[in-house]
Amino acid sequence: MAITDIDRYAHLTEADIDALGAELDAIRRDIEESRGQRDARYIRRTITVQRSLAAGGRLALMFSNRKSAWIAGTAMLSLAKIIENMELGHNVMHGQWDWMNDPEVHSSSWEWDTTCPSVQWKHSHNFVHHKYTNVVGMDDDVGYGILRVTRDQPWEWWMVGNPVYNLTLGTFFEYGVALHHLETEKLRKKEKSYRQAAKDLRIIGRKVGKQAAKDYLIFPALAGANWKPTIAANFTANIVRNYWAYMVIFCGHFPDGAEKFTVEEYENEDQPRWYLRQMLGSANFRAGPLMRFMSGNLSHQIEHHLFPDLPSNRYEEIGVRVRQLCDKYDLPYTTGSLAHQYFQSFRTIAKLAVPNGMLKATSDDAPETASELRFAVREGMANHFGVDPETGKRRGLRTALRELKNAPVQSAA
Amino acid sequence: MDLLKWSKRPAADVEARKPEVNIVRGLIARATTPLLPDDYLHLVNPLWSARELRGRVVEVVRETEDTATVTIRTGWGFPASYKAGQYVGIGLQVGGRWHWRSYSLTSIGDTSDKTIAITVKANPDGFLSTHLVDGVSPGTIIRLAAPKGDFHLPEPLPDSALFLTAGSGITPVMAMLRSLRSRDTVPDIVHVHSAPTRDDVIFLEELEKMDADVLSYDLQLQLTREHGKFDLDQLDAAVPDWRDRQCWACGPVAMLDTVEERYAEEGLRDQLHIERFAIARTDHGGEGGTVTFSKSGKTVEIDGATTLLEAGEEQGIQMPFGCRMGICQTCVVPLAGGYVRDLRSGEERREGERIQTCISSVSGECTLDL
Repeated sequence: MAITDIDRYAHLTEADIDALGAELDAIRRDIEESRGQRDARYIRRTITVQRSLAAGGRLALMFSNRKSAWIAGTAMLSLAKIIENMELGHNVMHGQWDWMNDPEVHSSSWEWDTTCPSVQWKHSHNFVHHKYTNVVGMDDDVGYGILRVTRDQPWEWWMVGNPVYNLTLGTFFEYGVALHHLETEKLRKKEKSYRQAAKDLRIIGRKVGKQAAKDYLIFPALAGANWKPTIAANFTANIVRNYWAYMVIFCGHFPDGAEKFTVEEYENEDQPRWYLRQMLGSANFRAGPLMRFMSGNLSHQIEHHLFPDLPSNRYEEIGVRVRQLCDKYDLPYTTGSLAHQYFQSFRTIAKLAVPNGMLKATSDDAPETASELRFAVREGMANHFGVDPETGKRRGLRTALRELKNAPVQSAA
Repeated sequence: MDLLKWSKRPAADVEARKPEVNIVRGLIARATTPLLPDDYLHLVNPLWSARELRGRVVEVVRETEDTATVTIRTGWGFPASYKAGQYVGIGLQVGGRWHWRSYSLTSIGDTSDKTIAITVKANPDGFLSTHLVDGVSPGTIIRLAAPKGDFHLPEPLPDSALFLTAGSGITPVMAMLRSLRSRDTVPDIVHVHSAPTRDDVIFLEELEKMDADVLSYDLQLQLTREHGKFDLDQLDAAVPDWRDRQCWACGPVAMLDTVEERYAEEGLRDQLHIERFAIARTDHGGEGGTVTFSKSGKTVEIDGATTLLEAGEEQGIQMPFGCRMGICQTCVVPLAGGYVRDLRSGEERREGERIQTCISSVSGECTLDL
């Protein structure tokens, strides 16, 4: 049924939550006050690297009849597309670099190198997804209207194709993102008119046209005799970028431990509880500097969801402080290797192709979703609440989850 | 014809010196979409972009103790000509952040060497001016906004003119004088300039040389530390025919206010042209309060001396702006809710009115759709 009483789920008191909120506010202030020359240089260099890779890749593909040139060109172009979409486009549109006052690197003017029009993305992602994160029925990113990612979503017959839709979405992720704004779920529920959708589609169509013309018409034409390998290379680069972006995003939202929430929870929420929802609803994956960069620092999805508009190059240092807070309040900090996080995401999606009746766990105590009731069904769990009088250590959600895992209980039903 | 329009379309917002350039730019942009070719080229040479006008600082020359002339080589798209007396927007990146101010051009705008010059006085509380005078080194890349402003000489020139300037208010007038000299047609001009001491007179040598060389130009220096402030009642004695002259005045706010008042009293307001360098915010402070930027979803508390433009920029919101002193109307936005106060006139404006953010502060609370 997803989390409704976030205080109880998190094993925190009112005062704890306010204190946690204040500590997160302090992190934001510190970062905001220390933004400067170093950060500006970072984003400028990233732009230089990205555009050099793009130009280099396109140039190499002029000679794509040679295998080495094809491979080098495709690799450079794939990297360029990934960096542009993730570290630049996504983050710039979040306003992470607006503080620089640079009209060329600003959320109001950045158009990213993908088929999704920026103006629609800023609404469906920055606003809908980041405000209503993981609130089932409000956040369209809970399944994007085509996937079942939590058993809180009622099963319908067509969802048997869940794993197939998942892989198709991964392959053509760019187009999935572009069509995201259509809000298919709202269309099905008749909350949005087809006329509005047609209008959105026209805007999407124009951008798709420009992007496709570039990759499948103009550059192949410029390559002359090498037009065929150039088309193949551009197609490959687009698919590589699609898979990578899909992986990173799924690993940030659908591994076990990325909790879901009810509308009721959202309606009774203030800023500290909004923070808490972001912390409990997102997942990280472990990454070194290169992986971090290539994921647009979304290996720090938790930090990104807490502070979507702080510069991405700071998420690593923010992460250190967030982990300290998780230790202090005994909260889980969901992370794991990329493969591990993806495996869990895929397992959930594959499993949820079938109706809940065929699944073992209830939506109060499942890997991908849970509610405060998961602790109530277990006798004596309330004891874990508060500070251990012997060790002086807090016994909170993380301890409770660990014990639940070590001694699983039969569901009440 | 339609094909021509189609070619240019991606470059529609780009300022190009020659319109043909935008055909090429638009066509190449089909391959660089969603970027412009400029976005790649400026990485090779910072001046090769017309998306945002750019310039490179060539040299900084001290004029007086606290003023300097900054010569700037302009990049692609900067207009080839402008009128002497106009001002230009300068953007400088300090601590990662771009800061913008407008300065009068002291170059004359009909040269083809692609450089411009501004003369800047380091204001103790002017963050950017201090940086330009003391801190900017040759080679620095800056951003520019195209020259603007109505404070320039008309065509045809008036038969006689009066220039009333004080301090750094001489800068736009200097551009006019230089322009007139280069055209060899200096009308009958009386120029009354005030400065504390001789050492503080910017362009002193050049002015005195012109005074000596050009018969129709008469310079009257008012050294205020010695002789006190220039009193407008002196005008009748110093320039008996001042009522017959077109007057261009530039200087501190208090001086301009007196001049404006006097001209209005005499019924000569039409003959007076004024350039205000700074906004007088001391007299008419707003009450301060809460500003909400609805599209950006940001809210900020400001005091009554902070302008809405400054408040928005501090929040990283892309605020439209031009002169930043209430002249050019570039920053005008509709007031979506609440009240603001015009820091110059003290007038209160309310929901629905169009306001200049650069000279307005909040009065209680207000909302802007930015």
